[in-house]
Amino acid sequence: MRNGVVADTAQQADQPVAVGRLQAKFGDIDFAPAELMSSDDKRRGQISVRVPVEKLEAVMRFLRDDRECAFDMLVDVTCIDYLDYPGATDRFGVTYSLLSLAHNRRLWVKCFVNDPDPEVPTMTGIWKGADWPEREVYDLFGVRFAGHPDLRRIMTWEGFGSHPLRKEYPLEGRGERENYPVFTRRSA
Amino acid sequence: MGVSDARSGATVGTTGEPFVATTRLDRLVQMIRKYGINWARKYSLWPMPFGTACCAIELMATAASRFDVARFGAEAMRFSPRQSDVLICAGRVPIKLMPVLQRIYIQMTEPKWVISMGACASTGGVFNTYAVVQGIDQFIPVDVYVPGCPPRPEQLLEGIMAIQRIVEQEGVTRSVDRLGLKLTV
Amino acid sequence: MIREEPGGDRWTLNFGPQHPATHGTLHLKLVLDGERIVRCVPEIGYLHCGFEKLGEHLDYNQYVVVTDRMNYLSPAANNLAWHHACETLFGIDLTPRCKVLRTLYAELARVLDHYLSVGAAALDLGALTAFVYGFNEREIIYDLFEEACGARFTTSISRVGGLFRDIPPTWPAAVKANLPRIGDCIEELEKLLVSNRIFIERTKGIGVVSHDDAIDWSLTGPAARASGVKRDLRKDEPYLCFAPGWDGNGSSPVPFKVPIAQGGDCYARFLVRLEEMRQSLGIIRLLIDNIPPGPVNALPDEKLTLPDKREIYFSIEGLIHHFEMVMTNRGFTPPVGEAYGSMETANGELGYYIVSDGGRCAYRARCRPPSLMNYQAFSAMIEGHQISDIVAVLGSMNIIAGELDR
Repeated sequence: MRNGVVADTAQQADQPVAVGRLQAKFGDIDFAPAELMSSDDKRRGQISVRVPVEKLEAVMRFLRDDRECAFDMLVDVTCIDYLDYPGATDRFGVTYSLLSLAHNRRLWVKCFVNDPDPEVPTMTGIWKGADWPEREVYDLFGVRFAGHPDLRRIMTWEGFGSHPLRKEYPLEGRGERENYPVFTRRSA
Repeated sequence: MGVSDARSGATVGTTGEPFVATTRLDRLVQMIRKYGINWARKYSLWPMPFGTACCAIELMATAASRFDVARFGAEAMRFSPRQSDVLICAGRVPIKLMPVLQRIYIQMTEPKWVISMGACASTGGVFNTYAVVQGIDQFIPVDVYVPGCPPRPEQLLEGIMAIQRIVEQEGVTRSVDRLGLKLTV
Repeated sequence: MIREEPGGDRWTLNFGPQHPATHGTLHLKLVLDGERIVRCVPEIGYLHCGFEKLGEHLDYNQYVVVTDRMNYLSPAANNLAWHHACETLFGIDLTPRCKVLRTLYAELARVLDHYLSVGAAALDLGALTAFVYGFNEREIIYDLFEEACGARFTTSISRVGGLFRDIPPTWPAAVKANLPRIGDCIEELEKLLVSNRIFIERTKGIGVVSHDDAIDWSLTGPAARASGVKRDLRKDEPYLCFAPGWDGNGSSPVPFKVPIAQGGDCYARFLVRLEEMRQSLGIIRLLIDNIPPGPVNALPDEKLTLPDKREIYFSIEGLIHHFEMVMTNRGFTPPVGEAYGSMETANGELGYYIVSDGGRCAYRARCRPPSLMNYQAFSAMIEGHQISDIVAVLGSMNIIAGELDR
């Protein structure tokens, strides 16, 4: 991705290589490859694919191990709550940012899950670096990761009760920040 | 014994009304306090830097050579609460960190003072969110608030000088709150 | 000869969250066997302030103020990364003058960050001099930032499509005059530390990360480059003045070298940081004499950047333009969609994943913090070492709690 608007034609030509390999290997999945920003006509070269949750682990393992794809670095795991988003059909979009060091390519993989009990298989068996970002998604959104070695809250504390980055949770919180014993000079 | 009023210099008693220091013993004790113990205390305030975020960097800059808090005798940043006098809470304090801050405050030995450095420690600052305490004075007592985001080192030095003015007017024992006095600085 | 019992002498120690050497609010739960670390469980989140939630309530220019407070050693770099992501979202190309100025700010911010991280790493090992010397030079750079934007520390220096304001005409000369001094201090730090027997014994072979582990743990920045991972976003996904043809006239990208080390230990990370500082100063030297003239804000007609104050006060169009940007029922109108923009900051790849629903605030503003990914690897790096190695490794990883917890 270059800073600018028009992508290099060489870059454009090899963007869909990973998508092509995915479609060849997993013919039954509709990956719906699209630019991340598809509402205007500027090509930024950032491609995302949709993967259903039951095929996610197989697809990710293929993306890491296949020599043409070779996405050996998991840059980020995040989640987007599409509750108020125009035109959204599912609520939680768990988004994986992948990077191939050898080919210098990126790919975004989205896996959509819904309430109640949103659950996604963990990627810690494939990339060790998925550990804490997945804990963070669990903490802030409530999406569970099946098979995670240590799935507990990371940013807030045990007993916080809510998942703060969900859209229905207010910015100022529900009183968690005031609920604590007070010390005055007399008491301490 | 009471505390000196900043403006008149008279000793203020327990009822809050100024009275004239009559006996020579009173005046002698006051002198010893002001030019002896409190003088020594105010020029050797050892800070306990509870630095969490960006203000901690400005705290370090204050301790570095350009702004040099060593001029005030306060360069000995003692990270042990038992050995320090002033808790400088520099940076935003989320509610998850509040127990830690309270524990440190309790462990500090008397006499102790607290500087709330920066907008985030004083009022929550930019962060009116679910996690940030809107001012550490909601949970621990604070003596001096230093505004700024982050405060320039000169502002922090002014805050330390304000603590020095408070120290100067202390009683020998920490008696301000217990006597229910309003301290004028 | 002492035979170690199978169970050993295990005990648990809390390291932090308030500790002089934890660089902020980092908490480690250590299971120790005497002095040796058997297991280390880092607890984070003590500085979690809800930055990402704030991003949904502040618009694209207001949020830059919050990004300053993420990696607070180099605030300008965070500003630039955020607006790089915003400009990717909006699809804006910057003016050449803006690109040069942003590159200069980014490299100055990198020097700021490395001075403190190297200084703090040395401080934790007992070398107070390096810390204080580094801080002196940081004050010089603070002065330069203050001249450029008014704030020495939390700069908020960029806006969508441009900068907060253009530099004063004396700024390039001030930078040039101070560059030799900043460069000399790097040499002083090198003389103090690189061949210092004590420093070498404390950092060589400590906290080793292999090349494959570095990739698996998603390490980026000096931590990865010290393990031999050849990745630098300025070369691999070039932006600003590192991209070929950046000024629209086919000019070549700014030449510089990316230091790669092979050791993967604390000493290697330290050396990589020192060399990166030298390279950054080289980039600044090349650019400072050639700041192209012209406007600093791109696309002034498209209501993305605030107009000049004279226009606001003296013409109705300027006033309306200002209101269109600033009033809460107006503001930005980005396209609907998602974008990711990342820059190579001093700690690694700082990326922002922005989801826009067409409104003036981001729908979701995710920050991909390099410190979070770097710190994950810490427990694996420190196992088997001793307590005193913790500070060496923490210092070399440069974990910033503000970025880690957001």
